[in-house]
Amino acid sequence: MFDTFAFATLPEDHGGLRQAVREIIARHVATLPLERRARSWQGFDSAFSRALGAAGLLGLTLPTAYGGGGLGPFERFIVVEELLSAGAPVAAHWIADRQSAPLILNFGTEAQRQAYIPRICRGELVFCIGMSEPGSGSDLASVRTRAERTAGGRWRVNGQKIWTTNAMHSDCMIALVRTSGTAADRNAGLSQLIIDLKAPGVTVRPIVDLTGDAHFAEVFFDNVELGEDALIGSEGEGWSQVVAELAFERSGPERIYSSVVLLDAWVAHLQALGRRDADALVGRLTAELATLRAMSIACTARLALGESPVVEASIVKDRGTTFEQDLPLAIADDLAAHPDELVSADLYRALMYVTHIAPSFSLRGGTREILRGIIARGMGLR
Amino acid sequence: MNELLSPFDGLLERLATPEAIKAIETGASPAAMWRDLDESGFLDALVDEAHGGSGLALADVEPLIAAAGARAVPLPIAETMVARALIAAAGIAAPRGPIAIAGSAQAGQTVPLGLVAEHVLLDTGTTLVLAARDDLTPAVTGVHRDLAARITWDGAPQGLSVARPDHGLRPIAAVLRATLIAGAAARLTEQTTAYANDRVQFGKPIGKQQALQQQLAVMAEDMIAARIAAQLGCAAGLTVSPLQAAVAKATASALAPRIANTAHAVHGAIGISEEFALQLLTRRLHEWRLADGSEGYWTAVLGGARLADPAPSVDWVRARVFA
Ligand SMILES: Cc1cc2nc3c(=O)[nH]c(=O)nc-3n(C[C@H](O)[C@H](O)[C@H](O)COP(=O)(O)OP(=O)(O)OC[C@H]3O[C@@H](n4cnc5c(N)ncnc54)[C@H](O)[C@@H]3O)c2cc1C
Repeated sequence: MFDTFAFATLPEDHGGLRQAVREIIARHVATLPLERRARSWQGFDSAFSRALGAAGLLGLTLPTAYGGGGLGPFERFIVVEELLSAGAPVAAHWIADRQSAPLILNFGTEAQRQAYIPRICRGELVFCIGMSEPGSGSDLASVRTRAERTAGGRWRVNGQKIWTTNAMHSDCMIALVRTSGTAADRNAGLSQLIIDLKAPGVTVRPIVDLTGDAHFAEVFFDNVELGEDALIGSEGEGWSQVVAELAFERSGPERIYSSVVLLDAWVAHLQALGRRDADALVGRLTAELATLRAMSIACTARLALGESPVVEASIVKDRGTTFEQDLPLAIADDLAAHPDELVSADLYRALMYVTHIAPSFSLRGGTREILRGIIARGMGLR
Repeated sequence: MNELLSPFDGLLERLATPEAIKAIETGASPAAMWRDLDESGFLDALVDEAHGGSGLALADVEPLIAAAGARAVPLPIAETMVARALIAAAGIAAPRGPIAIAGSAQAGQTVPLGLVAEHVLLDTGTTLVLAARDDLTPAVTGVHRDLAARITWDGAPQGLSVARPDHGLRPIAAVLRATLIAGAAARLTEQTTAYANDRVQFGKPIGKQQALQQQLAVMAEDMIAARIAAQLGCAAGLTVSPLQAAVAKATASALAPRIANTAHAVHGAIGISEEFALQLLTRRLHEWRLADGSEGYWTAVLGGARLADPAPSVDWVRARVFA
């Protein structure tokens, strides 16, 4: 079962990519406080993303003709691994680099590619994903936001999106909307539009989360008028495009490294104290990390062969987020099992931040139950 | 490696039927099964070509070892492959009989398949000793249908001395156990999925129940994690370091009972009957989990090394496990 999902070796980093990322990290990230780095891919810093773009480290898998790196998924793995393991603030380019640009490359017109991809590769254009709505979470095919054709083939959009990461910082949203039929038609009649968030009629309202951060937002569309060229891909094909987009969203190493900055801080704490009663716990977490890394590389190897490894990516994401969620709990228990030991304020804050945000790890990008349903389908159970 | 795997697995399917396994587990001679295995030539796969073998790497034969695990073969195939390679490298002609391996020189230890082996390759800490099984006063464990033996000796174990790999025998043995676990896990996942699609309750296959689909999805994840961790260990070859072995074995050992538990839970009562073949695999999963160090042993080894180094976790893992 799933026989091709097997150990693969990450090719040599001939282009010196790791070193290039490390130099930028040394300048922009190394001085950030622990709790900022613990925010990992939720940290937003346009200057940092532009610096990566200027160094040719964004859009690595995109064609050079559009300003990309012309490289493959393995090279992207290397760069992403370096960024996440350092806790770099990647949010300003994350979504565009990971899924919007590949989507535009695959389904967009030549004019759309020219208009968006080079600027994404420079780290200048911020994208967000407009899938979820108040009534449509896991059941994405039930979206109600509507786009209608107006005179001259233009579009008029009405409706609402929610939980849209970085909408308040974004230039554009790629939204899944209904262009014909009703919610009862399910995945027929859906399309994807590129919505200019500066257009009249768009209202973005940030939502504060339980840690006090506001990384996502509600977005309202009130008779928003868009040009003909807002449609991306084919009208009515939104569902299959979204499925392809989610395969990009789910398969990267970000699903295993969200709390690795905390792991490092705890290891440093144990080392500073010379405490050795946590060897087995450190070993367990390290073995899990190593196995997940091998699984993530194995999934990347399928991407590199041009496949769309939907089941493999779901397996890596479900397991990776389970690990990321377990980590703060295990570390908290270890620290508080030593009530007379001094824990720095930095470590404590980072620990509690990750503890509180961790439930989101298995919600964003598709819940645990939905991913396991995809795996079960791959096993021939549904 | 499919060109190797399919003839080998076909051979195992023919030889290691549930009836044949049961016969050997209840005292029948394994000699005929062993003769067929030996004559197939696969047991010399790891022996270098200069000594008449195929000169393959451990990563090349990993699918074969996993297949031996999947078929619950009651003979030490993987152990003999490795032992023959180490013995040949020392310039000695290996005996043709089954060889079990013991990763330490602790008298009284339990050696998997010790009852059906003719020799045991022991690690004394300074050298490997190829001891005749009968010189080790093999005793049964008393566990139902167990083929492991408790071995003891007076003074020092006697036998041919064979050069000891840098890190000893335990890391290699642990990687073999991890691979056997992965093979058994793959077969159990397939069997359990097929059973879930077959067994009807409440008017439909139990596999249509979302609760079971979610459990089976986790079982598949566990199976893949055990597979990839074992392959990571095999990729390091016979010079596998204790840290690479630790990732492979700590992962596979921790998952073995989870996989066995789900297989039994989904099968219901029939799964624990002796006649039903499921127990051939689940009993072995528990044996291999413990053999050559459980997850508790290997996580302590890995964590101790990790804490001795100030590098960040991902860098450390890249340098020490993936190197
Ligand atoms: C930090 C964060 C960032 C996000 N960013 C974005 C974004 O940028 N763009 C965007 O579009 N969305 C975003 N989301 C939304 C995310 O995609 C949804 O939260 C997710 O799809 C689940 O939807 P829901 O929250 O409405 O939960 P629901 O779908 O209501 O699910 C609630 C519970 O019911 C379970 N459930 C639902 N259906 C089934 C079923 N058929 N079988 C079994 N169990 C089921 C779920 O697994 C879950 O446990 C983000 C979410 C978070 C937490």
